[in-house]
Amino acid sequence: MATAHAHHDEHPTGISRWLFTTNHKDIGTLYLVFAFTMAIVGGLMSLVIRSELWQPGLQIVNPHFFNQMTTVHALVMIFGFVMPAFTGLANWMIPMMIGAPDMALPRLNNWSFWILPFAATLLMTSLFMPGGGPAGGWTIYPPLSVQGGIGVDFTLLAIHMLGMSSILGSINIIATVLNMRAPGLTLMKMPMFVWSWFITAFLLIASMPVLAGAVTMLITDRHFGTHFFDAAGGGDPVLFQHVRWFFGHPEVYILILPAFGMFSQIIPTFARKPLFGYASMVFATASIALLSFIVWAHHMYTVGMPMAGEIFFMYATMLIAVPTGVKVFNWISTMWRGSMTFETPMLWAIGGVFTFTIGGLSGIMCAITPADFQYQDTYFVVAHFHYVIVGGSVFALFGAMYYWLPKWTGHMYNETLGKWHFWLTMIGFNLTFFPQHFLGLAGMPRRIPDYALQFTEFNQWSTAGAFLTIVSQLIFFYLASQTLKGGSKATDKVWEGAEGLEWTLPSPPPYHSFAVAPKIK
Amino acid sequence: MAKAKHDTSKPQDRQTANRRLATKLALVTVAMFGFGYALSPMYDLMCRVAGINGKTGRTDAQTVAAQPVDQSRTVTVEFTGLATSGLPWEFKPLVKKLELHPGETAEVKYLARNLSQEEITGQAIPSVTPGESAPHFKKTECFCFTQQTLKPGESREMPVRFVVDAGLDKDIQTITLSYSFFNTDKLSAKKYGGTSLAKSDDHAAHPEHSHNASGG
Repeated sequence: MATAHAHHDEHPTGISRWLFTTNHKDIGTLYLVFAFTMAIVGGLMSLVIRSELWQPGLQIVNPHFFNQMTTVHALVMIFGFVMPAFTGLANWMIPMMIGAPDMALPRLNNWSFWILPFAATLLMTSLFMPGGGPAGGWTIYPPLSVQGGIGVDFTLLAIHMLGMSSILGSINIIATVLNMRAPGLTLMKMPMFVWSWFITAFLLIASMPVLAGAVTMLITDRHFGTHFFDAAGGGDPVLFQHVRWFFGHPEVYILILPAFGMFSQIIPTFARKPLFGYASMVFATASIALLSFIVWAHHMYTVGMPMAGEIFFMYATMLIAVPTGVKVFNWISTMWRGSMTFETPMLWAIGGVFTFTIGGLSGIMCAITPADFQYQDTYFVVAHFHYVIVGGSVFALFGAMYYWLPKWTGHMYNETLGKWHFWLTMIGFNLTFFPQHFLGLAGMPRRIPDYALQFTEFNQWSTAGAFLTIVSQLIFFYLASQTLKGGSKATDKVWEGAEGLEWTLPSPPPYHSFAVAPKIK
Repeated sequence: MAKAKHDTSKPQDRQTANRRLATKLALVTVAMFGFGYALSPMYDLMCRVAGINGKTGRTDAQTVAAQPVDQSRTVTVEFTGLATSGLPWEFKPLVKKLELHPGETAEVKYLARNLSQEEITGQAIPSVTPGESAPHFKKTECFCFTQQTLKPGESREMPVRFVVDAGLDKDIQTITLSYSFFNTDKLSAKKYGGTSLAKSDDHAAHPEHSHNASGG
């Protein structure tokens, strides 16, 4: 951070510090700044979508632009916001949590980050190309993704670069966790956040290259005369859906497992009890990760699979509820009879577990094949995945930001503002997405700028909620910048119930921490 | 993985261990990229073995003639056809539906007429629904086995000869045979297909190197 101490903290100053840095804290900061910048972009896009949906009929944007907004909003939020934010937290925290001086491959780390701004620029530029940006949904299904204009090519290359960045980041995380732990810190003593990220990194290097394969096939179909997905040449668009979701379902867990890790750090701290069932948490996380590779076709129940396939994917999907349930019950058990206090990080964590569980339950509804024929491509699905990604991943991310912000900056944040931020977001979020369940059940399709009259009221609640949610985030940006500049001094431990190596370092930690590995009992 | 502590305590050894591990993980990445591609032939193989996805191949006439005819039941076969947006042809079946006994050979005709001012080559892609009936739907003659070239204004009646074999599940009473007719030339398809791409037909700056799509 800008206020890093001068003593033995030699580092280049100005822009070259950030361009050439190999320091895990600097790179973590870069990731977080990038992620929250993209969150603003993606958030504004969601307001375009919700404004258009305030009333039936077409008012503000034309349908083609509306479709570009839904597509790019998703890509920006997933690849530009949540994934880089999680990688930023991993960069900041993993070395400090395992007593390592830095990430295992610092120069690679610099490169992983600096791919991102270029990829994001490419993605955003696609919107200004003739024919516009990608408009066929973030799933980039052919035939639309084979037919679209040059904007689609920009998007496909951007996805390639974003994927490359994640793969490099993951290789680094695995190497750090396996090789850089302080002596005595065995795998089964690692904090849950480190475990979750370790498993997520394996998911990334196993699934991202498959997406890269699918994207490459799209590019060669578009420009080099291959026919992987082009029915005219003997290809099959459904093949794309299989390959894409073979990546896509692990991706869903890539977006949530690190969040589970954050819940598992925050809840014990403010319940002042050790995490309940640590070993079962580790195994539950690992089994969620393994199961994620055999459930992909539940995203495509309606493509005309044989009955045996539908049944297999239905049961495999419902099986995931078991390890996920283990985790939710473990968090609840951790809080049971704990000396709980409700500082902002804890509010986000409890709120996040609550909203994530709602999303998990609607997920089980979607897993049931015959029921899913009704939900497929409706607002019910939109409600479901926003409950897990916003209600789970983003809530956990905010919790983690408040949890570690005093450690990073050395200043306490403004607790009152933090609570306002939480409660307004919680109300706004539920107002936005809860009515969408009903809209979906009543048959409102997703990705369409117009709707039948009877859906007006729920849509207006939803739009009002969206504006409340997005505007409330200004509180966070104000609070974060205030905390960066000053505020009451944070202690090293920051939280009374905090456990772990990162809390043994001063707040803010020196530029180079754990140059000598700490002793682990 | 250099977990032994003496290995990673010295910075030099640790760096070697990190590099070695990173190389291994990079190989996993490359292998998974290859796996993504391998899914394509695996998918075709799975569909063929399981007889799903509505894909029907060509069967020779002798094997079909040897089939027993199941007089005890009849199956309705419906016909439909669509010229895709890049192909300015009229294309339709001359018979909408047919009732026949499993094992019986039948022939129907489709009509194609080139509505444009130039010679165009098209390829029809068949699909059979429900998917479970596809392995039992045997074509001995079909205009989809080859590409069809029509001069400006030319029209052609094209035959399909087929048998639904007696192995068809008793629960299936109706089968739909559908064809999508595609323009084999991507450039020409783009010329006629502008309407399917909302507002994106101004691609003057788009470097279009599409090859002739006659591969399949």
